[in-house]
Amino acid sequence: MTLPLMRTCREVATILVAREDRVLSLADRLALRIHMAICDACPRFENQMLTMRNGLRQWRNYTGPDESIRTTASEEKKF
Amino acid sequence: MNSFEEQIVALRDYLLKFARLQLRNDAWAEDAVSDTMLAALSKPQSFGNRSQLKTWLVGILKHKLIDALRHHGREVSGLETSSDDGEDPLDYIAFKTDGHFSEAPADWGNPEEQLRSQQFFQVLEACTTQLPANQGRLFLMREWLELSSEEICKELALTPTNLYVQLHRARLRLRACLELNWFMKGSA
Repeated sequence: MTLPLMRTCREVATILVAREDRVLSLADRLALRIHMAICDACPRFENQMLTMRNGLRQWRNYTGPDESIRTTASEEKKF
Repeated sequence: MNSFEEQIVALRDYLLKFARLQLRNDAWAEDAVSDTMLAALSKPQSFGNRSQLKTWLVGILKHKLIDALRHHGREVSGLETSSDDGEDPLDYIAFKTDGHFSEAPADWGNPEEQLRSQQFFQVLEACTTQLPANQGRLFLMREWLELSSEEICKELALTPTNLYVQLHRARLRLRACLELNWFMKGSA
């Protein structure tokens, strides 16, 4: 018996990765919600994806130590 | 002694690191950084700290990189040379035949946690470098240049399906690499 909105963990993992790059269909969103409510493993995978999202966001906004220009310019000449 | 020119020149390597990461081609990267520095030098201004100067320069660099990616379109998406077309990206994770995880995914802690550490960013950059060139470029167009999937498809004349497959693979590769080199460290 296969219910229309039942997904395996493998299928849910695919949806969770795809969510980073495209808008999910309504069916995928519903299936995701149902699966997440009854699964122990997939919420962990979702957390990994969210951690990556968060880490990438921090990385692209990171400019390195915020020293004054004068200090750093003189330091860098030393090599 | 600490002129605008010197401040710009001192950041050349910083810019080059990102240009190489995004373009995966040293000659293209050198060109983009040179263009960036020339553009910056043509409109001198003062910044309170180095962080602001870096942000401004990276902003210019990003535009130059998008120009370069557009210019080298076919080579950038690399679909002709893609080596792992037959591979299922989910192979990086083990599943049982019934579709369950063979092993529950590891607990990476709170996803909102402040990862802001030089060390984490180094691991992240190293993992990104290890992506195949075409995947790395597309992935960073999304995550570093912050282009939408639609914009990437348009710039590179890619179909959405092609783009999604490559991004999907890149994300799973990155996940595996971070797990191995960051989230599992200490438990090994």
